[in-house]
This record gives sequence, C-alpha cells and structure tokens, in this order.
Amino acid sequence: MAKPASSINKNIHAVGQWIDERSNISEFWKKHLSEYYAPKNFNLWYFFGSLSLLVLVNQIVTGIFLTMHYKPDAELAFASVEYIMRDVEWGWLIRYMHSTGASLFFVVVYLHMFRALMYGSYQKPRELVWILGVTIFLVLMAESFMGYVLPWGQMSYWGAQVIISLFGAVPWIGEGLVEWIRGDYMVSDATLNRFFALHVVALPMVLLLLVVLHLAALHEVGSNNPDGVDIKAKKSAEGRPVDGIPFHPYYTVKDIFGAAFFLIIAAFIIFFLPEFGGYFLKPDNFIEADPLVTPDHIPPVWYFTPFYAILQAVPDKLLGIVLMGAAVMILYLVPWLDRSPVRSLRYRSWMSKLALAIFAVAFIRLGMLGLSQDSSNFELRLWTFLYFAFFILMPIWTSFERTKPVPERVTK
Amino acid sequence: MSYRHILIFLVLIAMTGTTLAAGKGGGLDHADTNVHDRASLQRGAALFVNYCMGCHSAQYMRYQRLAEDLNLTEEQVEEFLVMGDREAADYMLTAMDASDAEAWFGVTPPDLTLTARSRGTDWIYTFLRSYYLTEDGWNNTVLENPAMPHVLWDLQGIQRPITETYTDDEGQSHTRVVSLELDEEGLMSARDFDRAMLDLTAFMEYVAEPAVLKRERLGIWVLLFLGLLTFLAYLLYKEYWKDVK
Repeated sequence: MAKPASSINKNIHAVGQWIDERSNISEFWKKHLSEYYAPKNFNLWYFFGSLSLLVLVNQIVTGIFLTMHYKPDAELAFASVEYIMRDVEWGWLIRYMHSTGASLFFVVVYLHMFRALMYGSYQKPRELVWILGVTIFLVLMAESFMGYVLPWGQMSYWGAQVIISLFGAVPWIGEGLVEWIRGDYMVSDATLNRFFALHVVALPMVLLLLVVLHLAALHEVGSNNPDGVDIKAKKSAEGRPVDGIPFHPYYTVKDIFGAAFFLIIAAFIIFFLPEFGGYFLKPDNFIEADPLVTPDHIPPVWYFTPFYAILQAVPDKLLGIVLMGAAVMILYLVPWLDRSPVRSLRYRSWMSKLALAIFAVAFIRLGMLGLSQDSSNFELRLWTFLYFAFFILMPIWTSFERTKPVPERVTK
Repeated sequence: MSYRHILIFLVLIAMTGTTLAAGKGGGLDHADTNVHDRASLQRGAALFVNYCMGCHSAQYMRYQRLAEDLNLTEEQVEEFLVMGDREAADYMLTAMDASDAEAWFGVTPPDLTLTARSRGTDWIYTFLRSYYLTEDGWNNTVLENPAMPHVLWDLQGIQRPITETYTDDEGQSHTRVVSLELDEEGLMSARDFDRAMLDLTAFMEYVAEPAVLKRERLGIWVLLFLGLLTFLAYLLYKEYWKDVK
C-alpha cells in the first residue's frame, strides 16, 4: 500500500490495518477481485452473471421497502398494493422496479444459462458451479411464484390455485399434500400468509446462500471463456495465467458499463411500459381476487410458460407433471450428458450447433404455446419432444461428432 | 459491444413492448387518449362524478389527488367534484348503498378505479358508445345484456340496432347487430359525444394509475441520465482496457 500522506489518511490506514489483522479481508479482496484472474476474452454473453446479481440486489432492496407498506392479509393485500401505488411516496416506482425486476431476472438468468450451454461452462471441473446454478434457478421459480400471489389479484389467486393443485396428482398423498401447502381447503388468507413468509424471508435467504456458494465454487476453479480454453495451463513467470486479467479493475469497469446499459432498458420498461403489454403485469391481476369467479383463461407469467406448455402436452395429469419436473431436473445431468472433449461450441461440429439451435427454438416456441389457450396438441408435443431430445441425445452426438482442435491460447 | 449493437437492442426492446401493448384490439375502437392533457382530464372528471358516481366508486382514489394532478385548487375540487358532506381527503365513494344496488340492479356496480387497467381503455371507450335501445330495453354491443342502463343517453341520444339474420352451421337462424344508428338526437352531436367519451376514458386511465403523469414526465430525464452514465462508463471501460492486449 502507498504511504499515507495526511493524518486523516494515516488514521484510515490504521483502521484498515486493525480490521485486516483480525479478518484478513484483504486476502478475501485479492482472492475474489483484485487477483482473481478471469479470461480476457469474455464477450457480450458474460454480462448476464453480474446482471443477475444486480437484479437480485434490486429485488431485495425494493422488496424491503414494499414490505414496509404491504399487508399480507386476504382482506387488505390488494388495497395495500394500490395504496403503495398511490399514497406511498415513490411507491409506484418501487413497485414497478420490483415487478419489472422479477421478469428481467428471468431474462438475464435464461441468457446466463444459455451462455453456459454454448460454451460448455458446466464441463469438468465446473460441474458444481452448474449444479448450484440450476438449484438457484429452481429456488428462483418458487420465489417468483410466491411473489406473484402477494398482490392478491385474480391471476395471483387462480394461478396459485392451478399450480398448487398440481401437487394433488401425487399418488396417495396428493390431496393431503395440497391441503398442507395451502393451509386450508382452498387458497385463502392462510396461503397468502405463508407465501409472504416464504417469499420475503425463507427463500431470499436460501437464494443468497446459494449465490454465495455459486460464486465460491466458480472462484475455486476459475471462469470458463468463449473458447473453452483452460487459461491456467499457460502461466507467466510470476505464476499468472497469461490470458487472464484481474477481475478488478478490468471486469468491474466492464460490468459497470454493462449494468448502466442494462439499466437503460430496465428504466425504459419501468417508466414507459410497466405492464409490458400485459406480460409483466397482467390485466386480470388488476381485479381483486374473487374465489367465486374463475377467469376464462389462467395462463402463467411468461417465464413459466415453456414448462407449462410441456405440462399441457401430456393428456395424463400425473405424467404431465412428472415431465414438467423432468424438464427442469434434467438440467442437473447436463455435465454428464455432454461427452464432448471440447467445451465451446466454436470447436464443435455442425451437430452441436444445430442441436443447440433447435433447443433454443423449442424453448421459445414452447413459451409462446404456453401463453395461448388453444395451442395445437401436435405442436406442443413436437417441441416438447425436441426439448427432451436435446438432452437425451446429447451423449450420442457429442461422442460421435468431429471436433476441431482447441487453440492453446484464447482468441480475440 | 459496439454502438450499433446497443441501438439494435434498444429498438428491439421498444418494438416488442409496443407491439405487445398494441396487440389487444379485438374489434374495439382505439381510444386515442392523452392523460397529459389536463383540460381533457378535468372534463372527464366532471363526467365521471356526475354520471358514473351515482352508482360506482373509485374506492382507491382520493379527491385530494385530483387537486394535485389536474391543476385544480382544493376549493375547486370540493365545490365541483366532491358530493354531499364528503371531504377532499376522502376516497371517491358512491353515495349508493351496496345492498340497495343489489336490489335494484341484481349486482353491486363494480368499482371503477382499475377498470382502465383490467379492461383496457379501448374497451371502455367503445363500451360507452355502444349502447342501443330495443323493445327489451338497453343493450350493448361490447357487453351483452349489461346490468347498467345507458346513463349517458341524454348526451348521446338513442341508438337503434341494424340487424341481419344469418344461418349457422347447424341450419339455425340468428340475428346479430351489424351497426348502430342514431335514432333520436341527444344534447351532444356524435362528434362531441365521442370527444366527451374520450375525456372520460382518459380520466379513467388516469384514475387507474395516477402515477402515470409523473412516471412518463420523469422517465425522459432518467433515460437521459442513464444514457450519459452509460457513455461515461463506456469511456472508463475503454480507458482501462487499453492495456489489455
């Protein structure tokens, strides 16, 4: 450290030293930031990790302020949201930041996951990073589902009714399980209360813990890159990866730029399209929950629709639920389904590229089908089949395809 | 990431959002409202208080807010908009008793605070202009057999349906309304009535989300600020990365 100039600096320095002697925080800073060597060839796709973290922080901070005014009570919840929108200073902004943040969370997380699939970031030695990531995704789905129930509009209520009733298909214990989740014979005040507790306390804590573990696991093995090259294989005389650069300041400044740009998009939605054409905030959710009036059509929020479409593709309820669950759980197996000796798509053959392209189209198409009330069964089943074919056939094409030689150093 | 990428990104986002927002037509007339036109909102407020609030409430809306947002003094609001012994700080509640309403109309008239958000402004605008009179009483082409009579008939006049008979796939014949025709003149011309309904729709859009006024005014400045921040962050990034070979 530089020599302290003034007495103020000297004091700050002394306090810093005092803390460091007792916590070794400078080691932590070095390990995770100033001496964490990240590959220098990160591209656009590598913004979405830090953006997920940004959105998580946004959700927590805005969520805390919403909690100060929201009433988790079936009689008061809906009105308390309108109270936030009207009478709470800047309440509308906080609420829109939270509701827009929820949708954007899934946007960035889906892109982040797609990046991992493109560049083989789940491959050895990063399997644990991937497993923790999929778990974060699972918890995030539960978290957002429960959050969606809280405004207690018609879609909150009936969406909860539909999703919870899925558990009724579990053999033997189904009915009891559903009652246990709801805490009542129907979705009611008891359900709202427990979902509130889970949404604002339990699941955020789990999420935070998982995010810490996800990052810790990543920093243990180091980041992958678009070339899938192991940067630790080539080190300089001082023992630093020649293709690595310290995360701080290089990627901190780059990610600040990415975050600022992302905020432009977020602000554009928050200030000009907060309902996003009925996709982020649904029209029916501006009607207070009414257990006696079932809406004609109860589609889930857009980020659940690909999985909802898979559920719809199967006529048998139990089998549909199993398949829907499998659609998420199969992600856990990806590190072992991929037999390719190379990580990145860049050095794989047309087979891998085509497979990933079909998978991406299937996922988006399923998402669109899940929104609609009268999707053709043929289409639902076709894309569901292709969704699963991507995973199930992965061991086959990845073992047979001819890969290109991976360079020793990362490319530009 | 180049400037071109950024531009394409922004245009795409804007396009998705607006096409999604516009894609909910469904045979309704487009309500070309402008919530930033204070005079329009004031006229809409007068209509709402005089014609709607006899039966409907806007239970989440305070009268006071109207003074702040519509360029009115609190005295003006109390004089022209607040009915009976209510005060400016009160919510905009109808004087009609809910149990009376149920006895008279069969249903409690729904609260109208959020109708513009749940039904959309196009729906409201078309609905208000689509009442017609038959020998069975009032009907509406947007909402069949409404519990609500045409309370604005003295303004619009009386419309009669022009029907046609058609045969369905099973050979049954039905009649349907193809258009409406003004049979008796009201106090307003057709053009003025449309204009008035646009004012009323704009007011309901505002009542559904009073924050819209501040939100859209402020949004421009937020975007400008973030644009500048992004530009500076980009320069900082380029400066640091100069030495990455």
